[in-house]
Amino acid sequence: MEFLQPRSLAEAIAAKAEHPAAVPIAGGTDVMVEINFDVRRPEALLDLNRVTELASWRRDDGMVRLGAGVTYARLIAELGDLLPGLAMAARTVGSPQIRNRGTVGGNLGAASPAGDCHPVLLAAGARVEATSVRGSRLIPAAGFFTGPKRNALTADELITAVLVPVAPGPQQFAKIGTRNAMVIAVCAFALELRPPRATTSDNPVSEYPVPVGPDPVGTVGTGIGSAGPVPLRAEAAEDFLARALAEAELWQSAGRLPDHVTQRFSELVAAAARPIDDVRGTAAYRRHALSVLARRTLAWVWDSYRAEGTPEASGRRRPGCG
Amino acid sequence: MRVTMTVNGEPATADDVWEGESLLFVLRERLALPGSKNACEQGECGSCTVLLDDVPVCACLVAAGQAAGRDVITVEGLAGPQDPDGLHPVQQAFLDAGAVQCGFCTPGLIVQAHWFLRQSLRREEGDVPADPDIREALAGNLCRCTGYEKILDAVRLAAARMSGDAA
Repeated sequence: MEFLQPRSLAEAIAAKAEHPAAVPIAGGTDVMVEINFDVRRPEALLDLNRVTELASWRRDDGMVRLGAGVTYARLIAELGDLLPGLAMAARTVGSPQIRNRGTVGGNLGAASPAGDCHPVLLAAGARVEATSVRGSRLIPAAGFFTGPKRNALTADELITAVLVPVAPGPQQFAKIGTRNAMVIAVCAFALELRPPRATTSDNPVSEYPVPVGPDPVGTVGTGIGSAGPVPLRAEAAEDFLARALAEAELWQSAGRLPDHVTQRFSELVAAAARPIDDVRGTAAYRRHALSVLARRTLAWVWDSYRAEGTPEASGRRRPGCG
Repeated sequence: MRVTMTVNGEPATADDVWEGESLLFVLRERLALPGSKNACEQGECGSCTVLLDDVPVCACLVAAGQAAGRDVITVEGLAGPQDPDGLHPVQQAFLDAGAVQCGFCTPGLIVQAHWFLRQSLRREEGDVPADPDIREALAGNLCRCTGYEKILDAVRLAAARMSGDAA
């Protein structure tokens, strides 16, 4: 085995091009487990800890460019306002020791169907930045996961960042497990409300413009984790809820959500899952639990929306910023 | 490969390190520091917790080469020359509270509790941390003997003593 230790991003992508079979390692919370248990003997380890370019985040207009090497601990400490859903998911990862080492980039690289960040990244419409000596490309989260522990990266690419829209409205994440810490999700669900807005970008020449235009109607984002071969969106549930909110003018009135809307939404979320029976739970339990998580998270985000006030009342105020 | 790092304030070098080897293996088997325990080897139990550049991590999940040039503190290095009997106040509190039974989880718990108390006492300016915060801080350290109550007692005792020192 070789141990490659690039000192810069340029060195890192050159090393990956030269050693396509090298396994990138950041926090080691997945890779080292496989090595310790002798289930993986990569030709080379590509240590990304010294690549300083990966270890920072910055806001770019409506997006956060989150370096692949930013740890969960930093995400929780620094990004709870801009990316509340992702920070919530990060809080549920492992233990303090794991959160001190693990990264969103590593979560994506491992591409476990149970990865805690994935539902939030799907719900938020995030994009994964993959970089190689050939250049960089942005892969929508929805197209990133290609199978259990498989992703859309080519052998010469490294995950360099995740581009996540700054929360446009209330976000929630909920996860089922046997205890509060050190739990691989039995299932998980992320929900994001995107209230109607006249414009999307404060700065149209942004390097990373938000990929949607002005939205007079309002939309909804969802992500399901650990209940399918890959993390999934519940698109029918998103469309149903967005239509129900628009037709009843609930965005404007911030009125009470009718029970039948919550009920139907939770059914559509459960129906979107493709779970299996495994050691952590049965398919039937996962579907049931997802419908409960959908109902709860919808109640929470709608309560937040009502508390924040309607778009007219609060202008472009965003959750967690006040 | 050769790996050189600072361990408990002293330069340390290990030779013939396998590239897939963990920091934990290097500490225990090559540097004669068996305080950090090897249990689950998958980050579940926290018994190998050490400070890497002053941040608690599971040493079993750090590749040895990743620790090269870094600063590592193990349970053997917590007590300073000023501490009586060579025991840091957190170690003394674990003894006094009866928080040690078989002792296997103890080093990891002590390193984690030590870091947590240092952080929280600094932040709270002497206020002892609340129980939910202690529980959250120790959530990644498993004990299969004492049932945690004595461990929580020990952390509370250490917090009281350390905040007394700070005041």
